[in-house]
Amino acid sequence: MHGQGRAVCLGPDIDTDMIIAGRYLRTKDHRIWAEHVFEDLDPHLAPRLLRAVIIAGKNFGCGSSREQAAIALKEAGAVAVVAPSFARIFFRNAINIGLPLVEADLKCSEGMTIRFDLEEGWIEAGGKRSSLRPLSQRMLDILRAGGLVEYWRVKQ
Amino acid sequence: MSSLSERILGAPAGEYVDRGVDRAYVHDGTGVLTLEAWKGMGSRGLFNPSSISVIFDHIVPANNSTTATLQHELREFARTSFLQFSDIGGGICHQCMSEGVVLPGEVVVGADSHSCTLGAFGAFATGVGATDMAAIWLTGETWFKVPHSIGVHLNGEIKGAAEAKDIALTYVSQLGMDGGSYRALEFIGEGTGNLSMDDRLVLCNLAVETGAKTGMFYADNLTVNYLARFGRSAGEQEKEPCDYVQELAIDMGDVVPLVAIPPRVDTVRPVRDLAGLPVDQVFVGTCTNGRYSDLARFSRIVKKNKVAVRTIVVPASREVLGEAIRTGVLTDIIEAGCTVGTPGCGPCLGAHMGVLGEGEVCLSTANRNFKNRMGVGGEVYLASVATAAASALEGEITEPGVP
Repeated sequence: MHGQGRAVCLGPDIDTDMIIAGRYLRTKDHRIWAEHVFEDLDPHLAPRLLRAVIIAGKNFGCGSSREQAAIALKEAGAVAVVAPSFARIFFRNAINIGLPLVEADLKCSEGMTIRFDLEEGWIEAGGKRSSLRPLSQRMLDILRAGGLVEYWRVKQ
Repeated sequence: MSSLSERILGAPAGEYVDRGVDRAYVHDGTGVLTLEAWKGMGSRGLFNPSSISVIFDHIVPANNSTTATLQHELREFARTSFLQFSDIGGGICHQCMSEGVVLPGEVVVGADSHSCTLGAFGAFATGVGATDMAAIWLTGETWFKVPHSIGVHLNGEIKGAAEAKDIALTYVSQLGMDGGSYRALEFIGEGTGNLSMDDRLVLCNLAVETGAKTGMFYADNLTVNYLARFGRSAGEQEKEPCDYVQELAIDMGDVVPLVAIPPRVDTVRPVRDLAGLPVDQVFVGTCTNGRYSDLARFSRIVKKNKVAVRTIVVPASREVLGEAIRTGVLTDIIEAGCTVGTPGCGPCLGAHMGVLGEGEVCLSTANRNFKNRMGVGGEVYLASVATAAASALEGEITEPGVP
């Protein structure tokens, strides 16, 4: 489970209302979520998420359990989210829909290249490599399958 | 010697466990995605349909044909699959589950972050997302990391114009928006015996605003008697000494009416510091403060008066609405000039009825005041029912009088 992308820097305590507002939840159309992701934080952010690694502050994804938040980020093209800590429901949701999360406290500069490998347990920011607390085997299995839906579809 | 979470999940804090789920529930918002995910997993059956509830509360009745179509599909699925189903107007999922469904010691999982509310019964109750829930529908179990616990000692009793909401805002402001992350809050101490079941539900409801996995009370005599009213029998839970990773103490008698200032739930000030701030709308309801005792308290303050700003009151369930009708509380609320909505979440999440306009201010009894939560450009101040009532009469943030 590895990837790379350009850094998009965000602050701490970004809640799921901020990722995708309640007014966009009544649909199953993933494109609508991708289009409006982060709209209330910065209306110009959505197009910049393609092949981006989001580097956020602590407690990313707090608030509502809406899985649309994680789906919106993935649909908009984000490769991964890096933060010193994540809200727990968001953490599970992201893994379950196949969006890699990295627990790390990185100094972010906009546009720098981020590379990571979750199985080997490292992340590289602007050429500087640091090691990571590895994800559990279960989470790696789910991510490798592409999410929990695929994990269960294949498992039985 | 174990915490209540360790006891219910059957393993020490820090361990990962797979655990059977006693009650699983979704609402109309998360249920749609759960159904999609479950179908994607191959639609290979439902582990135990009688333990699965589908409760319509978020957008009730449907606001447009897109919502109506999504709800129609989920409603038909719930009916044909013999799930426990509560249609529009039945009430908020957490409230419905609190009306004689959840029992002490159960593992309860809801596809909504405020599922922690049900920890008030001494259950291990927590929120998950839609895909996790789909796997629970399929297998009847899920994984947990057994949380470490924070002991919140509640001493004395609530006094003056304060209420449980003010105690909740007190611990949220002390812990901060991520101070409880991955942990369980255990509400303990001699003061717990002075708190009603409704008070306990309020305190557990806000646990997730600190990032906590759940908030819990040990089931006591009061819990047992409350459940007996619904014809359910349950036992008390004996507290064992256990290690807490952190402890807080709140002297409930010292707590005064409080307000959480947007856009953070943990920015809390005494109501008197904000007195005079004009409001455009007052909202009383939600899984935090939409219970009968809340409506009764609200009506006592506004009775024989007229509210000065538009005021929306939404009962948390049909049961609550029925009781408010029977006792005359609803008449007093309507005669005071308030608007009463369908039991459910109401305008809390800004998806329909009661949405704020640009630059408008709402004083709400809910649990979230994130930027744009109730409408783009609107601001939400969070407070107790008594503060909402006093403020509705004045049209500005007003400290409630001592009842």
